[in-house]
Amino acid sequence: MTPLEACLLVSALLFAIGLAGALARRNAILVLIGIELMLNAANLNFIAFWRYGPHPEALTGVLFTIFSIAVAAAEAAVGLALILAAYRHFRTTNLDRMNRLKG
Amino acid sequence: MSLTFLILAAITVAGTAAAMGLRNAVHCVLALTLGFLGLAGLYLYLGAQFVGLTQVMVYVGAVAILAVFAIMMTHRPGEPEEPFSKLWLSGAIIAAAVFFTLARAIALAFANAAPASPASTVPLVTAQQIGDALMHRYVLPLEIIGLLLTAALIGAVIIAMDPKDDTGAQEDFAE
Repeated sequence: MTPLEACLLVSALLFAIGLAGALARRNAILVLIGIELMLNAANLNFIAFWRYGPHPEALTGVLFTIFSIAVAAAEAAVGLALILAAYRHFRTTNLDRMNRLKG
Repeated sequence: MSLTFLILAAITVAGTAAAMGLRNAVHCVLALTLGFLGLAGLYLYLGAQFVGLTQVMVYVGAVAILAVFAIMMTHRPGEPEEPFSKLWLSGAIIAAAVFFTLARAIALAFANAAPASPASTVPLVTAQQIGDALMHRYVLPLEIIGLLLTAALIGAVIIAMDPKDDTGAQEDFAE
């Protein structure tokens, strides 16, 4: 197994774990964390392809990952703020009980 | 594939799996911190020092702490709840199917590929090179990211602000 293949397998496993968490958890905060894990799996792929690609001196993978981390941080901040706003309204973060669109 | 890689990958996968599988939400975030640290170690192992340290600062230092605070603010004591959704089994099956599809695609892609190229040396990327690239070639994306982060932070504060002003906090306390 080449190192790149191993990295891609770890990344696929990370993505699957994040997807399982996002689909199976009830707590909205943990669902958001599952989405963050899927983003992290994509970042690991960028770094692996940059490292084992033909032109590592081009820095493309590293810079893409840095921008991706910045976007993920913004997403986490807005997502947690939305969860707090929804908690104030529904008095719960249980997604199975947030089942109304009407306020 | 070295022993270092295997250990770091095991830490990452174990930490994130525990983060998605434990029952107590605070334990989940602590396990998540371990997973993020393992991932930062993987970045360092792959030669991306700047990204690894950024991962530690942003995810371990900011996102995990933010998640802990959000869990503490939304925690209601005396309310035992099942942590997994009613449909957790179908979610797990979908995730497993996605993983096996990806793993099979990766295996097929590498089966048809040319024999492994000679092990390339670790590319040395200094923070100075990244700074140069950010300030010259990628200066427009950098400005856009700055604008995005400013807008996101202002938006997060406005969304999370209590519309009922300071009476809301007292109501929370009285309950």
